[in-house]
Amino acid sequence: MSWLTIIAAGVLCGCGAYLLMSRQLSRVIVGFGLMGHGVNLVLVLSGGERGEPAFVDAGTTATDVARFSDPLPQAFVLTAIVISFGVVAFLLALAYRSWCLSGADDVEDDLEDRRIAAPGQRADRNGAAS
Amino acid sequence: MNALVTLPVLLPLLGAALSIAVGRSRLMQRIVGVATLVVMSGLTVALLGRIDEDGIAVTHVGGWTAPVGITLVADRFAVMLLLVSVLTMLAVLVYAIGEPGAEQTHVGFHPLYLILAAGVALSFLTGDLFNLFVAFEVMLMASYALLTLGGRPDQVRSGMTYVAIGLIASTLFLLALAFVYASTGTVNLADLHGKIAQLPPGIRSALAVSLVVVFGIKSAVFPLFFWLPDSYPTAAAPVTAVFAGLLTKIGVYAMIRSQTLLFPPDTWPRELLLVIAGLTMVIGVLGAVAQTDIRRLLSFHIVSQIGYMVMGLGLFTVAGLAAAAFFIVHQIVVKTSLFLVAGLIELRLGSDRLDKLSGLGRIEPVLGALFLLAAFSLAGLPPLSGFVGKLALVDAGFGAGSYAIVGVSLAVSLLTLFSMTKIWSNAFWGPPMSVDVAVGATQIPDLASRRAMLAATGTLVALSLAIALWAGPLYQLAERAAHDLLDPASYLTAVLKR
Repeated sequence: MSWLTIIAAGVLCGCGAYLLMSRQLSRVIVGFGLMGHGVNLVLVLSGGERGEPAFVDAGTTATDVARFSDPLPQAFVLTAIVISFGVVAFLLALAYRSWCLSGADDVEDDLEDRRIAAPGQRADRNGAAS
Repeated sequence: MNALVTLPVLLPLLGAALSIAVGRSRLMQRIVGVATLVVMSGLTVALLGRIDEDGIAVTHVGGWTAPVGITLVADRFAVMLLLVSVLTMLAVLVYAIGEPGAEQTHVGFHPLYLILAAGVALSFLTGDLFNLFVAFEVMLMASYALLTLGGRPDQVRSGMTYVAIGLIASTLFLLALAFVYASTGTVNLADLHGKIAQLPPGIRSALAVSLVVVFGIKSAVFPLFFWLPDSYPTAAAPVTAVFAGLLTKIGVYAMIRSQTLLFPPDTWPRELLLVIAGLTMVIGVLGAVAQTDIRRLLSFHIVSQIGYMVMGLGLFTVAGLAAAAFFIVHQIVVKTSLFLVAGLIELRLGSDRLDKLSGLGRIEPVLGALFLLAAFSLAGLPPLSGFVGKLALVDAGFGAGSYAIVGVSLAVSLLTLFSMTKIWSNAFWGPPMSVDVAVGATQIPDLASRRAMLAATGTLVALSLAIALWAGPLYQLAERAAHDLLDPASYLTAVLKR
């Protein structure tokens, strides 16, 4: 287990979480990317100690197998990278669409929330509907 | 036998590919979509009959036996939820075909819908934690695209929230997976059952809580529900209906599966789940009472009803889990039909704001009857299906001696009834509004489409009535499923061949 990797994962997740708090969509997306990388590093770490590449051929013996690094987390990470690639691409498209529609890079407020929060605006308080 | 387990996942994926290939013709796409879901429901019925008699069916994908390869496991709990999900998706697809909206304007609707079906089926059938992550992602990717298919400003805004929450949940899920794999060296659910039991109690409860948080976000339990009422109402009516019916329930399914199969009963205090359940019910229903917009009101009810399912899990008895399983089946059907009714109202009158509606009962008596049946079933009035589900839950609560949660659940039922009568008195009673003024920019569909949409909604309401009529056999099935959940011996033997 490498301390450097652990620290790198922590820093990436921390920076990602910080960027996620931002209201600007482009920062949020970068934040997701960073956080995804951090978690992928943790996933690599979950395989345990480093070792030889896990290639099996005719001459492979039981002692060779014991020196292999665990290939399964690497497969997990590959899958996770592909998935987060797809989702981030979709997010970018969505952010572009949002920019086209509103001209701003911010997360917009929910109008319905504002309407409910606004005092005196509601029909059931004014007695219009009941 | 084994092929039968993989087909509910493979078939919709093949259907989606075919649907893209015939993308030029909307008619062909419709035939492919409906045919796929019809065959899928037939297969699921066959599968349910098979495993109810012969026990759990297992397929090792690629011939790699567990715990090395990925396993698909069909047990009673999974397949009964899969069956009702597929039937609901079929009804919603028929509704979507009739509605002038995303289905008619966008070539991507049918492929995405079928991919969503594949993700749903895989989530239910998988016997592997990492595969569950992949299934969630398949489902979520399809749902992201379906939610924002219209590309309207409000859809983009709420889609952003939804995608962000989905991504955060996925990231946490991956982190939890890394922890699980680091401490046990496996992700196969049956294999994990034995290995997690040997872990020190501290690590065990950390794993359990991190999985509860992940599935809690997916299923929108308190305090992780805030994203749901924000994002669901903006999508097209059939899309919202299918999300409302299925997606959160799959989170609950994953929570029940992981808590019963992976973690021994002493891992962490289950009473905490009951507290979460109670808070989810109360906060959800209070949110619903405050709303003036039918779809938002119903979205808050999704949250509130999730509390009842978590309550069944929190009781952690056979009766509690059986009641939860029954309640999920009832909820999938009733919630979806309510959202379809809301969609029909909006289509007819151009709005679903309660303060703008009036006298719909005179204009559309059939719609009124459908709404009344579904709403009373949601509130739990006898003799409808919600009553049976809630009765079973209350009974289980008394059996486990948890009187506080029973009291909360009954009070919440009352508030549910109150908010349903709010819709009823505002939208359906009163002098009929003039429809010509009400219909704004929405296109009015022709008679055949309207009949298809009404028929789809009616079929779902009829299905909920059937659940109430055949509550006995269904509850017995749920009870057998709950037995399997609490005593995983048969699950372990089936997967690991011991």
